[in-house]
Amino acid sequence: MNTASGPSFASPGGAILGGARDAFGVPVIVLGASYVGFGSLVRESGFGLGFGLFSTFSAWALPGQVALVELYSVGSSLFIITIAVLLTNARLMPMVMTLAPMFRDPATPRWKVYMAAHCIAVTAWVAAMKRCPTLPVEQRLPYFAGFAVLLWATSMGGTAAGFFLAGQVPEPVSLGLVFLNPIYFMLVLATGPQQRTKLAAVILGLVLGPALHLVTPDWGLLITGVVAGTAGYGLGRLMEKRRG
Amino acid sequence: MVDWAGEWETGLWLAAVAGAGATYFWRGLGVAISRHLRPSGPLFEWVACIAYGLLAGLVGRMIVLPLGALQHTAMEARLGSAAVALGVYFLTRRNQFAGIAAGTGAMILWIW
Repeated sequence: MNTASGPSFASPGGAILGGARDAFGVPVIVLGASYVGFGSLVRESGFGLGFGLFSTFSAWALPGQVALVELYSVGSSLFIITIAVLLTNARLMPMVMTLAPMFRDPATPRWKVYMAAHCIAVTAWVAAMKRCPTLPVEQRLPYFAGFAVLLWATSMGGTAAGFFLAGQVPEPVSLGLVFLNPIYFMLVLATGPQQRTKLAAVILGLVLGPALHLVTPDWGLLITGVVAGTAGYGLGRLMEKRRG
Repeated sequence: MVDWAGEWETGLWLAAVAGAGATYFWRGLGVAISRHLRPSGPLFEWVACIAYGLLAGLVGRMIVLPLGALQHTAMEARLGSAAVALGVYFLTRRNQFAGIAAGTGAMILWIW
């Protein structure tokens, strides 16, 4: 299982650096570029840089941030916006539920885990789910922190850069950068899951997501997650049993 | 900076705070519930499947039925760029960066 391993680190400090080193590369470039797209969206929607930076700092989950800007721009009510962000980001709960237990160490105070949870989003989750099982438990949270905080800072930088670049780059480029996020998430899905259960959940989710959004734009995503996840789990289990 | 207190801005900042709260809600709840979850149990795997199902549903929705400015791009452009990204990703032996660059580049050229 633990193929993406590498040795454990000499100390928790080493784990922080190791996490940052793993983030430095494709994750930093891709998330930075995604947030350049968000920053220019903020500018083009007529909002200030302060708002953009606050949003990236306080939410740091891009699809919800984009939904917020777009819904506010068309005059949606605060209630509608809140519900939309809530439903868009539901994936974060099962992600946190599966990563947080890996940080469970009697020496780690709960509040640290609650703080780390703020930084759990797709990129850092995928990386930590791969790497953490290969590390001694006391190095997992530091590794995750090193990885996530560098990404978080990059996202802030990307937001600012996009804000200043907006208007200077042609519109197709800024639209392309907004589209980079779904493309990136799609390739995360092509990379991440190795078990049949998760693969089945992904395929079902890709189909059900848009289909159920047409049926019920409000609840479509939530229903998709539960149905695709549960059916995928069941189907994957069945196939695993049949193959022995 | 003075008119940040204007009514229009207030609404935006309220939305930003509500959005941040709505986002952390799931994360905080996840930590609280995870106390009862044993890694590597069947329940754990089911929850991970739901995470992937939710992410996949979101990706499908964002590509096929996007909100905002991307709504005005052609469906072929979005599906085509996604296909280019996947194709390049697999042709380059799962190079994520190459796939993303190709997919984003295809989108930009398509709508130019």
